Amino acid sequence: MSIVFQRPHALIDKPLHYCPGCTHGIIHRLVAEVLDELGIEGTTVGVASVGCTYNSYEYFNCDMVQAAHGRAPAVATGIRRSLPDRTVFTYQGDGDLAAIGTAEIVHAATRGEKITTIFVNNAIYGMTSGQMAPTTLIGQVTTTTPFGRKPELHGYPVRVCEMLSTLEGAVYVERVAVNNVQNIRKAKAAIKRAFQVQQAGLGFSIVEVLSICPTNWGLSPEKALEWLGENMIEHYPLGNYKNVVLPSDKPASKE
Amino acid sequence: MGEKILMKGNEVIAEAALRAGCRHYFGYPITPQTEVAHYMARKMEEIGGTFVQAESEVAAINMVYGAASAGVRAMTSSSSPGISLKQEGISYAAGAELPIVVIDIVRAGPGLGGILPAQCDYFQMVKGGGHGDYHNIVLAPQGVQEMYELVVDAFNLADKYRNPVVVMGDGYMGQMMEAVEFRDVEKIERPEKPWAACGSEMKREHNTITSIYIDPDVLEAHVNHMNEKYKVIEQNESRVDVQNCDGADVIVAAYGTCARVTKNVIKDAAKLGIKVGLIRPITLWPFPKQAFEKYATTPRGFLTVEMSMGQMIEDVRLALNGKNTVEFYGRTGGNVPAQKAILEKVIKIARGEGGND
Repeated sequence: MSIVFQRPHALIDKPLHYCPGCTHGIIHRLVAEVLDELGIEGTTVGVASVGCTYNSYEYFNCDMVQAAHGRAPAVATGIRRSLPDRTVFTYQGDGDLAAIGTAEIVHAATRGEKITTIFVNNAIYGMTSGQMAPTTLIGQVTTTTPFGRKPELHGYPVRVCEMLSTLEGAVYVERVAVNNVQNIRKAKAAIKRAFQVQQAGLGFSIVEVLSICPTNWGLSPEKALEWLGENMIEHYPLGNYKNVVLPSDKPASKE
Repeated sequence: MGEKILMKGNEVIAEAALRAGCRHYFGYPITPQTEVAHYMARKMEEIGGTFVQAESEVAAINMVYGAASAGVRAMTSSSSPGISLKQEGISYAAGAELPIVVIDIVRAGPGLGGILPAQCDYFQMVKGGGHGDYHNIVLAPQGVQEMYELVVDAFNLADKYRNPVVVMGDGYMGQMMEAVEFRDVEKIERPEKPWAACGSEMKREHNTITSIYIDPDVLEAHVNHMNEKYKVIEQNESRVDVQNCDGADVIVAAYGTCARVTKNVIKDAAKLGIKVGLIRPITLWPFPKQAFEKYATTPRGFLTVEMSMGQMIEDVRLALNGKNTVEFYGRTGGNVPAQKAILEKVIKIARGEGGND
């Protein structure tokens, strides 16, 4: 008998601390599978941020650095500039990346830092118990928008991929979701390509992953996956926002 | 003797860092230290090092955090308001036990304050500044030559103790030109960094750099470990320049530019038959308590001179522990205590007519 499915080596065999139904586990696994498939676990340094994934260094088997809230892209810049032959990624949530860390992500992107950002957008602050995130949808109830997010009071949700794709330094920008198997497979492909773009030295790459937070959304995991599909994707369209040709890409067939 | 070169303090800081093996500098412009960045931008490009003009002081200190995590020598420089912004990152570096070097060319505050020299960052650098139980090692040069030596030492101390080291000069030190001799470069110590997050190459367990310990007992053990380190640093690394203190009528405590002014006061006072001693802390942390303890009871009184409203004076008082009086003379806002004004104060104390106004 041959093994056809097993835990990726880059993912440590340890129970995750995330809430039941949380999709961080899936996204961790996708990143770890990519590290395995590209054979870069031993040459990669990951940067954990602040939020539910503050201790993602306990799950990834590569070297990890824990960063202050929002500062992961700056920390990753320091690492990558010091280790030009290594692969560096940040793993950040929406509060970390799109609120307190807006300056850091924008400037890492526009400098074209050769890093990869995995940006997990679940439209809420999870760790601190369900406050409004910069990505919280209009009308969405959170502990700091108890009557729903109102534009006149709380402004509008930030579309990170659309914003970053205007910057020359950001060369690969894609939004994916992990609400069904088909989308999970697409997410994996996008994450892999983002790392390959970095390895090719082409510039900054980011994959925004639409994710769920059953606990703070007040929904069962199943209902939360449905809510993502029915509400989030409309405001945050999936797809590629910016792409670049990789040396490994097959030349387009002539019609 | 090597060649002496006339150079600006800020440029000497950059040159010293390069000679100490620093190839990664991250900065953000702020007066009066920006020449460090100018020098680094040019040199790093020439030698293939890293110079990044960050989007903010916050980002710059976090880039240093990342570079130090990766195991290289890294530095940032700023001035007082910029240092306030860096405090978060300094606290994280202290907690994660990262060897980083921070230069503070102090200007007058609070707030945006002014751009002229001051020493009013003593509290924020020596007493913490950021959150949590930690200490920076703080070095205070009195001129451009010592600036060179202390910047080189800063990298060695940071690596030796895995701790942030601050070199704190005032705006004069950054802006003035003096003769400097780049000596002693052979004493650079480069310890192995098996803890660095630089890629495991699948040859070891993965390394983690972190300052978070959710379990209270684990965090307490970590802070206790840091505290043990601080005790060793206090025992081994305190430095002080003691001049003319045996049998002195008055002892002045001053560092940096104020110490230089005081050296002239020593000569002026001698002409009047008053013996003035100087205790010049070179390390502000660890504070050289022993020098103060040694001379605690011998002069008629102590005088602390600072370019602030009195910050180091608290450490002088603690070191003397009530064994003698400590008076204060300071100027602020970018002004420097005048030789004559210090002399007048010294005369009063020597005659037993002291007492702060």
